[in-house]
Amino acid sequence: MHDRKTQRVFGVATHLALVPLAIVTLIPFVWLVLAAFKTPEDFSGSLFLPRDDSGAIDLTRLTWMNFVSLFRDVGLGRAMLNSIFLSSMTAVLATLCAAAGGYALARFRFFGRNAMTLLVLGAIIIPPPLLLAPSYQLLFNLHLLDTFTGLILPAIAPAFGIFLFRQATRQSVPESLIEAARIDGASEVGIFVSIVLPLVRPMIGAFMLLTFLMVWNNFIGPQVVLQTAERYPLSVAVAQMRGLYRQDYGLLMAGTLVSILPVAGLFLLLQREFIQGLTSGAVKG
Amino acid sequence: MARAPTNANKAAYLFLAPFLVVFAVFTLYPLVLSGVLAVQQTHGPDHARFVGLDNFIGLATDPLFHKALGNTIIYTLGSLLIQLPLALGLAMLLNQPSLRGRWFYRLIFFSPQLMGLVFVAMLAALVFEKRAGLLNQALQWALDGWLDPETAFPWMAVLDGVTWLDFPWLQSFVMPALILVSLWMYIGYNMVYFLAALQSIDKSLVEACAVDGAGPVTRFFAVTVPSIRPVASFVVLLSLIGSLQLFELPYILLDQTAGPQNRGLTIVMYLYQSGFEAGDLGYASAIGWVLALMLVALALGQVFIMRREER
Repeated sequence: MHDRKTQRVFGVATHLALVPLAIVTLIPFVWLVLAAFKTPEDFSGSLFLPRDDSGAIDLTRLTWMNFVSLFRDVGLGRAMLNSIFLSSMTAVLATLCAAAGGYALARFRFFGRNAMTLLVLGAIIIPPPLLLAPSYQLLFNLHLLDTFTGLILPAIAPAFGIFLFRQATRQSVPESLIEAARIDGASEVGIFVSIVLPLVRPMIGAFMLLTFLMVWNNFIGPQVVLQTAERYPLSVAVAQMRGLYRQDYGLLMAGTLVSILPVAGLFLLLQREFIQGLTSGAVKG
Repeated sequence: MARAPTNANKAAYLFLAPFLVVFAVFTLYPLVLSGVLAVQQTHGPDHARFVGLDNFIGLATDPLFHKALGNTIIYTLGSLLIQLPLALGLAMLLNQPSLRGRWFYRLIFFSPQLMGLVFVAMLAALVFEKRAGLLNQALQWALDGWLDPETAFPWMAVLDGVTWLDFPWLQSFVMPALILVSLWMYIGYNMVYFLAALQSIDKSLVEACAVDGAGPVTRFFAVTVPSIRPVASFVVLLSLIGSLQLFELPYILLDQTAGPQNRGLTIVMYLYQSGFEAGDLGYASAIGWVLALMLVALALGQVFIMRREER
């Protein structure tokens, strides 16, 4: 179709369009990271790298002070532990329950299976804000307000996860394998743990990461359920900093940076498994 | 297949038990309760009074709710009409088999999505700050001397004599600011869907079209648009659903308020304020139902349009 030369010209033109867009996308990150290492004077005095009185770039003005006061004075370490606990606990439990439910829908012929599948699909389309006020009322009645249980428990059996694991099981767990194990006398729970779980491993990794990210970034849930500052996860604690340290821009950006680094690192580390797992189960099947 | 069905039943329900229990307690019961609450007025979770349909009648004439509705619709239109076409354009730029570093670009454009709404809002709050904020500094650097805010937006009286450094994003231009942030945050996410759709287009179709002498514009409308239509309509629906539930971004950007003169008030923010700041879980539930009905109507409309086009 195209000869070599036009193709190359085309390629260069594409890069000429993409590079500025990529830079514009990344600049806020660079600005955020640098702001986290600057004093309030340098934040307003220089846009990116701090400058000395003569206007030359002076890297020695960068400081760790924002991070020190973040953990010493603001107490963000506690919030980080809360975030880690809430996110990993929910991720593990939700993945386990979703895998079990998805397996049941995919590989059992039982009374009410179609109804159950409809129930799962119906649960997916309920918009979360609709349940906000009644869930608060319910947690109040159950004396679960201001507890981690009140946050974790409603999230441990997500319909969306059951749907994903249903697709993954259909695709990668052969019926014959399960039958063979039954004939060998394996228990149903044994089959699930030793045959099904290993076979849907890509989805386990992807869904655990997805849930971890979702809980980590969730604001409205902990904002509504929790009342004691010591229990706040990073999302709520960092948002509160905005009111408390209005002018301390470096501190605000340090808090934001500390909150996004763990999840960004986790994603970059696992991104291949993440994308493979989600696409293998969700798109086909 | 010789198993006793009762065994299969027992095992299946054992595996589904966590879902069924959690669903019944934390989804089904609240769903019913939100119907009950919607006809009540409450003061916190322990004082309630039956008011019939007053909440819904109140919403119909509540200027704050109308403001929230209007803002949410502006934001949604911004996502649909500005962001999605740009995301498609970006995907088409990236959809060249010979392009080097494609995965790298994709990762860069996708990266803001990883940050989480709360933390994006924290960053945006400083980016849109007057004087020291990144955006106003950039505008001043790029435009100072040949275009003033006053000349660029002559119909905005608030901008008289204002420099780019003092451009009042979070005071007077809240909705444009929100649309800009969401453009930065979600364009890569939507691009990934479009890119996947573009990559699955049948190459022979494009080539046949080119052999027939069709130019790039004709090819776009004759081959590309029909081929990516299913994915595009899915992306539109996701965008609609997400945009109509906008809350965290403006709430944190505006320091846990709706902004000056409620310029950043959205439907879910009004739900939150009614339920948890004013303490009326009934009014909040009524707002929730209006929102849910809007979403269901949109989803059904989408299905209807898709069905009709298939014929």
